[in-house]
Amino acid sequence: MPPRSKPKRAKAAPAPPFASAPGSLLDLEHLPTQDITDILKSARRLAKTPRDLLSKMLPGRRVALLFYEASTRTRVSFEFAAKNLGAVTSVVTASSSSIEKGESLTDTGITLEATGAEAIVIRHPSSGAASLMARHVSVPVLNAGDGMHEHPSQGLLDAYTILEHKKDLRGLRVVITGDIQHSRVARSNAHLLSRFGAKVTLCGPPALLPGSASALAPNLTLERDFARALRGADAVMMLRIQKERLAGFNLNVDEYIAGYQLTAERLRIARKDAIVMHPGPMIRGLELTADVADGPQSVIAEQVGNGVLVRMALLLRAFKA
Amino acid sequence: MAALLIKNGHLIDPAAGIDRPMDMLIKDGRVARVAEPGALPSKDAKVLDARGLIVAPGFIDLHVHLREPGQSYKETIASGTAAAAAGGFTSVCCMPNAVPVVDSPEWVRWLRQPERGAVVNVFPIAAATVGSHGEQITAFVALKAAGAIAFSDDGRPVVRTEVMRDALAAAAKLGVPVIQHSEDPRLSHGCAINAGPTAFRLGLRGMPAEAESSMVERDLKLARETGGHLHVAHISTRKSLDAVRRAKRAGVRVTCEVTPHHFTLLDTHVGEYNTAFKMCPPLRSEDDREALIEGLLDGAIDCIATDHAPHAADEKAQEFERAPNGIIGLETAAGLALQVLHHHHKMPLKRMVELFSANPARIAGLKGRGTLAKGAHADITLFDSVRAWTYSAFDTRSKSRNTPFDGWQFTGQVVATVVNSELVFTAKDAKETQRKSKI
Ligand SMILES: [Zn+2]
Repeated sequence: MPPRSKPKRAKAAPAPPFASAPGSLLDLEHLPTQDITDILKSARRLAKTPRDLLSKMLPGRRVALLFYEASTRTRVSFEFAAKNLGAVTSVVTASSSSIEKGESLTDTGITLEATGAEAIVIRHPSSGAASLMARHVSVPVLNAGDGMHEHPSQGLLDAYTILEHKKDLRGLRVVITGDIQHSRVARSNAHLLSRFGAKVTLCGPPALLPGSASALAPNLTLERDFARALRGADAVMMLRIQKERLAGFNLNVDEYIAGYQLTAERLRIARKDAIVMHPGPMIRGLELTADVADGPQSVIAEQVGNGVLVRMALLLRAFKA
Repeated sequence: MAALLIKNGHLIDPAAGIDRPMDMLIKDGRVARVAEPGALPSKDAKVLDARGLIVAPGFIDLHVHLREPGQSYKETIASGTAAAAAGGFTSVCCMPNAVPVVDSPEWVRWLRQPERGAVVNVFPIAAATVGSHGEQITAFVALKAAGAIAFSDDGRPVVRTEVMRDALAAAAKLGVPVIQHSEDPRLSHGCAINAGPTAFRLGLRGMPAEAESSMVERDLKLARETGGHLHVAHISTRKSLDAVRRAKRAGVRVTCEVTPHHFTLLDTHVGEYNTAFKMCPPLRSEDDREALIEGLLDGAIDCIATDHAPHAADEKAQEFERAPNGIIGLETAAGLALQVLHHHHKMPLKRMVELFSANPARIAGLKGRGTLAKGAHADITLFDSVRAWTYSAFDTRSKSRNTPFDGWQFTGQVVATVVNSELVFTAKDAKETQRKSKI
């Protein structure tokens, strides 16, 4: 309603929606810019730190990895990150008994904390699950992907990877292509890149990229035509496509490939030094062709390695170490 | 029972065309006399000094969930009607989506028994289909005889066209409305939130306006075909309202209600997954909200109903998609109408009172209510259109506290509620004032 007619809130307003322990990472939309810079700096330092030194950074600290959704990549990445630093991890999955018996998300969090978890990494199929958890526990919560909302550690590792190849994010042209609507990776990347002045183009068919997406962040452009989106691109980020999802929207896989697959020919439209990214898991021959995935411009394997560095930085931040 | 004289008040009775200072004598549960200020004798009568107050026909809420039978941890008829009284409502019509679904005359009668402890009048709405499964209509005649004033499967829509046609045709014969929760489940995605930029930002599947309007348009066709009275519950989009407007012009028997939250709040207020702002239909865009206010002002919308939907705190403290739909609303409805419609959008009080009393009474066929003409039921709402107050969910009379309006400051407050001649609610400050004036 118009501000002038809005009843004022009393001083005794309920707790702000962001109530969370310091060191939490719920999303990139609200993460202070300085924090992002610090995390990336810390990850770069960690890349040069010898293993034996790393393992003394979080000795014996307890990290719970709460995975309500199957995810090899992110789970292993967080697990290795924690173990590299000397921390102890415990993986809890959706098939564990209390969750199967219908225990609520908040009760699970409270139980983990009472058991001694000093930080909770959570992956959950529902958007907003990480911030819900963070409101009910007093230990830091790290969002490892919540529904279609955000995947902040992925956004950070993508920025880290880009900066390994490009001097600055400011003015950089980044194309994100595929199933934007259902992608938490797209949302996290769009927030971070836009904040640092990159020119982000979101590309995909209307069913996978609604018009409302352009309001997500400043400096976002929507483009239905992949070739046009690729013109002058410095980085091309391909998102995962689920065949069942295409079918749900009556999208023909062959037509999708014809319109949006990254091929060697299409990649030539981008800048010569453009990098190719994919958050995984990727299907060669669907989102991009094998020669592009394995080609010289691909940094997909680097992304995975950088993920561990960024997640180590996030854990150190969570423990203020 | 002693007679009650309400004096020095400003009477607004839209059905009788009255909007000026008048005194009123109440006797044996009925309005005995309405006369010029000072013209009624006060001997043998208790006096209620209504100085500075609007005296209006008791407010009627066509859409509440009292959660009985079966979900008394959320609300009971006693607690829900206490909240109604505090909100100025003298009658509430309760939706049948209880456990079990109110689809039999026995349950309709049960709801009306004095043992339930109702503080205000309770008029049951019976299920339109058996078990609200949407397959086969209920025994309309027997249910009406037991006391049902309308039929609805609220909470879910009657999806099948032939079943909705049957319901409207049966209702036409009885002269009662079918109340439809208009939502095409194939388009609504479980309706956690309005489709738009906020839904996209939060990564939630949005419910488009078309999920509502397509169902409204289909039902309007059926209402025209059958001559049945369609009442569209909690209308929330410009598209649906346009369809209702067109149908009204074409002479279709259709009425509709809007909730205070839909004419006050927007989908953006969901913020970071605040489930106190999650209801069905969801909060909509500013354009939709403007359309609803236009409709309230120009008559396209017939009444204000709360869709009071209590839920326990732990139910709302879940993942946004998983948390149940609905908010409590009985205690804040009049405050929001005064604040948003009267003060901000300059709606005359007479129109506001009509939206809360005369019109819902007419839609639900409640004879002798919605007016304060001589002989009418002595159901009266007294309010102060400028008094400031703050709503506190902590002090609610409801069993649940799921409101987005906790801590809101309002201009305009319900001061007293009279049901069947009995004073069932007095605002705290008002009591103080009265005591002082007596000394
Ligand atoms: Zn409903």
